[in-house]
Amino acid sequence: MKGFYSRKIHSLLGVIPLGAFFIEHMMTNFAAVEGGASGFTDSVIWLNSLPLVFFLELFGIWLPLLYHGVYGLYIAYQSKPNLNRFNIERNWRYTLQRITGIITFVFIIWHLFQTRVQVAVGSVEHEELGGLMHDIVTSPLMLTLYIIGIVAACFHFSNGLWSFLISWGITVGPRSQRVSSYLCLGIFVLVTFMFLISLVTFRDAEFQTAASIAQSIKSFI
Amino acid sequence: MAETATAPKNVKFIITRQDDPQSSSYVEEFELPYRPGMNVISALMEIQRNPVNAKGDSTVPVCWDSNCLEEVCGACSMVINGKPRQACAALIDNLEQPVRIEPMKTFPVVRDLVIDRTRMFNALKRVKAWIPIDGTYDLGPGPRMPEKKRQWAYELSKCMTCGVCLEACPNVNEKTDFIGPAAISQVRLFNAHPTGEMNADERLDALMEDGGIDGCGNSQNCVRACPKGIPLTTSIAEINKQTTKHMFKRWLGV
Ligand code: HEM
Ligand code: SF4
Ligand code: FES
Repeated sequence: MKGFYSRKIHSLLGVIPLGAFFIEHMMTNFAAVEGGASGFTDSVIWLNSLPLVFFLELFGIWLPLLYHGVYGLYIAYQSKPNLNRFNIERNWRYTLQRITGIITFVFIIWHLFQTRVQVAVGSVEHEELGGLMHDIVTSPLMLTLYIIGIVAACFHFSNGLWSFLISWGITVGPRSQRVSSYLCLGIFVLVTFMFLISLVTFRDAEFQTAASIAQSIKSFI
Repeated sequence: MAETATAPKNVKFIITRQDDPQSSSYVEEFELPYRPGMNVISALMEIQRNPVNAKGDSTVPVCWDSNCLEEVCGACSMVINGKPRQACAALIDNLEQPVRIEPMKTFPVVRDLVIDRTRMFNALKRVKAWIPIDGTYDLGPGPRMPEKKRQWAYELSKCMTCGVCLEACPNVNEKTDFIGPAAISQVRLFNAHPTGEMNADERLDALMEDGGIDGCGNSQNCVRACPKGIPLTTSIAEINKQTTKHMFKRWLGV
């Protein structure tokens, strides 16, 4: 396929559906903050009660993620960063967009393995995910790695929105690109805050209920 | 000019040299007596007159390219203290010393500081950066251009194909075939012209081929580096808009 179209698809998939799912994921997690363990479980169950959930997941997450992620790695590989010569803000964001893409790639694989894959192979039920997360984030090492992964993904998403608006010719002049920079910075702060506060909430003892199950998975891993 | 009178007597240059396109590069240092108002080109001329390096050994004069000597032809682009720019407009008084000079290696190096910018001109041909008016009879006057539009279009027309924006771009390198910012901005210029507009689709088609506009990754270094102050990132975003519209129109068959 010609580069123009494959690149446009890459760009679109980053926002729809991946960006949309990212926000959905943020809100599901935030249910743990608002509704505690039961609130989070309800949210997970609601999500899995959606009709044709298998196809939603396949076409809304797995395939777009595979395409955007693999093609994104190739885009990152093609770049020749020159911060040494052009140590300026936009060039930093360009470079970070690529670095956070790579971090996000590794993080998503690891995170999926710890959670979704465990559900798929039957080691854990959807209802027990809160307990599983509790077990993961009570380990200081895991907590640190999750924080790095989350901040990287949040930056990648927010700065990606900024660059998406340019790639599709929505923000054209310097003024609109400056305004969208501030908006995307605001989105970055908000999204990072929401994800991190949920992450820390999973450390609460009330999520511990399923800890024993999570323990057995951990030894399995 | 009291300051220049007390300036150091010598200026040191560290120049990256290369004997021919195939050979590897090496560094040679030169020390020249300071002269008020000297610039990088006049320093290179001085080395040409007296080709002796800092060690006192006689050497082959350093080759470079230049023409207008007033920052309008683009021939003398090189990397000076890490920044791609025109040597004829690089005053020694404004440069940190020692002055480091390298060729713009994004382009094939012919010899020393001389590079081959053929790809810039090929790019202009690829995107048809001209207005076709030739014919067998007089077509009469074309449509007029509104003054307001003429004013910003004039800014785009200042491009001297110097190649600085390509050198500044992290996406123009040996792993990609990205056409670079300059040609994209020229498409905006010719698509804005009331007669040029009649062939707008052909230029957009050319930028939707491999190595076209999709190569931009929004580092926005180009707009900061361009010596002519051309709003390259505005041009790129505008052409993003035009190609996106063109894509949908082609799909819908309108
Ligand atoms: C799986 C690993 C991922 C990798 C390796 C990756 C890589 C990349 C790269 C290199 C770019 C820059 C493209 C450019 O500037 O031209 C990019 C853009 C983008 N990414 Fe990702 N990405 C990944 C995951 C994600 C995820 C999960 C999301 C959604 C939250 C996302 C959203 C975006 C957006 C919105 C853009 C901007 C598109 C544009 O500039 O047109 N990415 N990605
Ligand atoms: S756009 Fe500016 S930097 Fe690029 S070639 Fe033209 S004059 Fe040089
Ligand atoms: S000699 Fe023409 S720009 Fe320097």
